[in-house]
Amino acid sequence: MNDRLRGSDLTLSYGDVEVTKNLDISVTDGRITAIIGPNGCGKSTVLRALGRLLRPGGGEVLLDGVRIDKMPTRDVARILGVLPQSPSAPDGLTVADLVMRGRHPHQTWFRQWSSDDEELVADALSWTGMLEFASRPVDALSGGQRQRAWISMALAQGTDLLLLDEPTTFLDLAHQIDVLDLIRRLHREKQRTVVMVLHDLSLAARYADVLVAMKDGRIVATGTPEEVLTPELLDEVFDLKAMVVPDPATGTPLVIPVPRET
Amino acid sequence: MSSPLLVLPGRRVLRAGPVSAAIPLRTVAVTLLALAATVAAGVVAVGHGDFPISPETVWQVVTGGGTRIERHILLNLRLPRVLCGLLAGAALAVAGALTQTFARNPLASPDVLGVTYGASVGAVAAIVLGVGLIPIAALAGALLSAAAIYLLAWRQGIDGYRLVLIGLGAGQLLAGITSWLLLRADVADVSRASIWLSGSLAGRDWSHVRPLAVALVVLLPAAVAVSIALRVLQFGDDTARGLGLRLQGAQLAVVVVAAALAAAAVAAAGPIEFVAFVVPQIALRLCGGSRPPLVASAVLGAFLVVGCDLLARIVVAPEELPVGLLTAMVGTPYLLWLLLRRSRRISG
Repeated sequence: MNDRLRGSDLTLSYGDVEVTKNLDISVTDGRITAIIGPNGCGKSTVLRALGRLLRPGGGEVLLDGVRIDKMPTRDVARILGVLPQSPSAPDGLTVADLVMRGRHPHQTWFRQWSSDDEELVADALSWTGMLEFASRPVDALSGGQRQRAWISMALAQGTDLLLLDEPTTFLDLAHQIDVLDLIRRLHREKQRTVVMVLHDLSLAARYADVLVAMKDGRIVATGTPEEVLTPELLDEVFDLKAMVVPDPATGTPLVIPVPRET
Repeated sequence: MSSPLLVLPGRRVLRAGPVSAAIPLRTVAVTLLALAATVAAGVVAVGHGDFPISPETVWQVVTGGGTRIERHILLNLRLPRVLCGLLAGAALAVAGALTQTFARNPLASPDVLGVTYGASVGAVAAIVLGVGLIPIAALAGALLSAAAIYLLAWRQGIDGYRLVLIGLGAGQLLAGITSWLLLRADVADVSRASIWLSGSLAGRDWSHVRPLAVALVVLLPAAVAVSIALRVLQFGDDTARGLGLRLQGAQLAVVVVAAALAAAAVAAAGPIEFVAFVVPQIALRLCGGSRPPLVASAVLGAFLVVGCDLLARIVVAPEELPVGLLTAMVGTPYLLWLLLRRSRRISG
């Protein structure tokens, strides 16, 4: 295996609360991976550890075979981009300014706005359809547009790997699809390896190549959507009685909760 | 030249060899205008007094001419006072801009870092206990309390909100100590201390200007150097670290520079109220953007303090008011006006 990003024997905690213990996770190159699981199972925690936002209490995260916490964080930021859950932008910041910040790891005090920077920011904005909103303040955008703006920033950062923590939170279904389509295009046209935390199982099955199912800080199953999304696993992981049928539109697994007996 | 791929309204892109930047034109214009206004206010200020000196004479003296008496009044008596105000105003405003951006909170000023209250304890203690060396005592008080508050707020990193709360609490404690010292003091000391506490430029000489100037020569470039980190520090912690910022190092650098600037200013001129809080917000509203601009804040801070000190000497002449009274009375209504105008425009 030569996966570029992997966590091994990870023990992760917030203060005294241990979230995961001895967890191993490997991110398959050139794929979209979705981490799924019930609230509080540790999905976001694992993602934050992979993105070196959380220092593991035990174990290590390796990026290209090097311990991520031993690499200069700026160097990491040229390989790996992270989009936190519902990130906040300061008042008055324009979309163009936000996306320009994506170039931060490539900039120095002297080189603040090179023609490379301009090209990549313009490309990111037009690619996500946000060029016409470039001069708008981020706080004046709708939820879906705002998420597109942040994805543009991550795109301008120019990293091969992209970690997204619940990129569809607070979006209505149409905008969830919109953002996920964008992420898929990012993967196909820009060859990005994507890891994201998602809540909607059927959408995860539609958009991800690999699903990682977590429960109580453990990884219960890893595989293709068909391998992972089974009625048995849904019962075990989510305590959910459900049928799994092929999605009439895409053929991927569609989760249909069975009404509880009353 | 090919046409730009991305049009950045109000910005001029400069590229020369390996150097490149997108210069915000409005900020440059505001800074230049404020600079001209500051020079004008400075010339009027050094000319104003019982012995009026015209701007032409000021120019002659500065370029080496003038009579002996003019040279003495200008260079030994009035210029140090104006320079002290200029430098203290600039230092306080930059300290405020750094603190507000760092804490992501426009209410955060160096007061929150404990600088002002710590300096007050040091200065009042020096006055009441008769030790002398007021600027040094103020500087020591400022830096010690800033260090203590930073350490108390530290919990696997610095959270801006937590720092603000701890800073406010510690500020009240230090203010209590200052009051207690004043209660035990005799009347003459109380009067001296209360003049110091309201921020006054009266009687400032070159011994106040020199250390402040040295501090600014070191600290203003340091502030500009950390400003590149501020561009991402103003986002959430996770976003900033995701963009490759060494968060803890950057936070420490910003706080150290801000605390040192404010401490140097307060040691020389006393706690001139509201400059650090109001000026960065005024600069932000005049220049636009998402965080207070540093250089424009510095110039506007210098202008506010020098202008207010001039007013302080005019309004109740031949007496004079402490400049700190006027910076609050002039700066705050102006900020309120800017805020009201802005919200009207949005709602209208």
